[in-house]
Amino acid sequence: MKKVELINVSKSYDKQVDVISNINVTIEPGEFFVLVGPSGCGKSTMLRMIAGLEDITGGTLKIGEQVANHLSPDKRDLSMVFQNYALYPHLTVQQNITFGLDVKRMKKDEQKRKAEEVAQLLGLTEYLGRKPRELSGGQRQRVALARAIVSETPICLMDEPLSNLDAKLRAHMRSEIRRIQRSLGITMIYVTHDQVEAMTMGDRIMILHEGKIQQIGKPIEIYNHPANPFVATFIGSPPMNLAEAELDELNSQLLIGNDLKLPLPEGDYSELSKRLLTVGVRPENLHPVTVETAAGSSFEVTVTNVEVLGNETIFSFQVGASEWMAKWTGQWHINIGDRLPIQMDFATLSIFDREDGQLLKKTIDQSHHVTQHEVGK
Amino acid sequence: MNTAGSLWRRSINGRTALLYLLPSIILFSVFVFYPMFRTIYLSFFLTDQAGNAAINVGIENYQYLLGSSEFQNSMKATVLFVLYTVPIGVILALFFALLANEKLKGIGFFRTMYSSTMGVSVAASSVIWLFMFNPSIGMFNRLLHSIGLPQIQWLLDPEWALLSVSMSTIWMNIGFSFLILLGGLQNIDEHLYESARIDGAGYFYRLRRITLPMLSPTLFFIITISLINAFQTFGQIDILTKGGPSQSTNLIVYSIYREAFINYQFGTASAQAVILFVIILIVTILQFKLGERKVHYQ
Repeated sequence: MKKVELINVSKSYDKQVDVISNINVTIEPGEFFVLVGPSGCGKSTMLRMIAGLEDITGGTLKIGEQVANHLSPDKRDLSMVFQNYALYPHLTVQQNITFGLDVKRMKKDEQKRKAEEVAQLLGLTEYLGRKPRELSGGQRQRVALARAIVSETPICLMDEPLSNLDAKLRAHMRSEIRRIQRSLGITMIYVTHDQVEAMTMGDRIMILHEGKIQQIGKPIEIYNHPANPFVATFIGSPPMNLAEAELDELNSQLLIGNDLKLPLPEGDYSELSKRLLTVGVRPENLHPVTVETAAGSSFEVTVTNVEVLGNETIFSFQVGASEWMAKWTGQWHINIGDRLPIQMDFATLSIFDREDGQLLKKTIDQSHHVTQHEVGK
Repeated sequence: MNTAGSLWRRSINGRTALLYLLPSIILFSVFVFYPMFRTIYLSFFLTDQAGNAAINVGIENYQYLLGSSEFQNSMKATVLFVLYTVPIGVILALFFALLANEKLKGIGFFRTMYSSTMGVSVAASSVIWLFMFNPSIGMFNRLLHSIGLPQIQWLLDPEWALLSVSMSTIWMNIGFSFLILLGGLQNIDEHLYESARIDGAGYFYRLRRITLPMLSPTLFFIITISLINAFQTFGQIDILTKGGPSQSTNLIVYSIYREAFINYQFGTASAQAVILFVIILIVTILQFKLGERKVHYQ
């Protein structure tokens, strides 16, 4: 187990424009760290820099306590799983798994024993004699995984390893990779563009956009308190609803998208005044109106699209210039064109500065706790 | 009537296929099948001056050839020529392709240079080599002279002539082999090398365990083509040596040409051509049987 530390790391191909800049992060030993971002954000480049497959243009990379900027890939004590698995098509599964051991001149019977051990762990035992082309996508993925595990390196890098699998297999492999990582205690750095993978697998996740860190933190923290509108819309499905807003202190209300007027509770709004604002609200925080709904915090909207997903209903409507979505639990009979009253609570809003994207007001903590004590009663 | 009609209907797919194949069938018949069968037919005859079959002699042409020291000499020269040119040519082309496959600045220049011999016709390059081999004004003898070595009669010495022709042939063929091998190298997934580098595999380990196996289909193709080409070499012999000195470079295709168009012995020339055809067929079949086991197709 080793930590990986990036200090002010940057990368540029033409010595003029940085494709990655100002990366400062410490990945703790034994941590499952996910790099997530839209395609082209530099996440794979960053992983390849850690692996030593790309040069680091600026800054310092430390692996363990050692500066690793100029170490060759094999001296960094890590293994890597590639997106296309990079299996050797002319070698059998067993030879693929033991390739790295053979490079290190391990004895043949020792190699065989290790390969069998790892194959056992991943359910590949009966495929050891086959060539990669005779395997299904999921099995190939396992071989790639086996190759990384068998090297027993303290750090494992994965570059979108699940993106070539179908949805069902992907969900299964997510938990499988997580289980193996926990049981072996390796430090995992995992690149994905899929926010679901990031949310479900990561101990911590880093969101990258255009080569810059947007936010680092525990998945649920990022979901609850996104640092800027980009993170707010990137994490969560459907994404957070955003709209331009203005604070009307005179009438003590928030004007959202020139459309909705939300009364402000008592409080100090000096932080928000005299700024251009963007408000965000998660679709699940837009509720149906009930008898207890405070007057003034409900709005009538016109439904433009409806998706009923069995246990929840998602519908969209227009607020100012943007389309919003609301997610209600249960099955609702809503038709396109219906006028619906919905309610929104000021406490659940996230408010950002429209100019620099900074988070000015967080939503309230809505998480629930189950304790042994309460369940016992 | 009824059965004939149903046969006509049942063969609809076959007839459609035949219609699609017709253009190539016609072309192949005119340029390949007819000459081939005509050659086999002529090899059993003595011919008149115009090349028409005159007297059927059965297999006498073949018996004569197998007993003739001239033909045996020609076969020996051909085999030697193949052994000189094919292995060295392929290994050199592979070496250049490996060099040119490195990602360096300006590598495009070298790629163009190494493949440039493909763009020069056999006749033109033979003339260039003819000058370089010239005993008095040629580059090679000037070079030997300047470092104090004795002069060599490149094309006039029976000991050297075949080697000289082989050298120029290797040079001529290297462009094509280089280009095909480079294409094969570039087709290998870069991630395989990256994965091997993370495992700590050195250059020669990667070459032995990744590059060569992954390149094997291309290598196999190039070896087959080079072998067939070497057996069929004609142009450079005609221009450089005309089969001499003392028959030492009288390769089989040149010998066929001489037999047919200088000696007007179309019968024996045809018989030689048939023998060459059988030899190339056997070599290629052998190569497929032995080589294919070691070739990995994706």
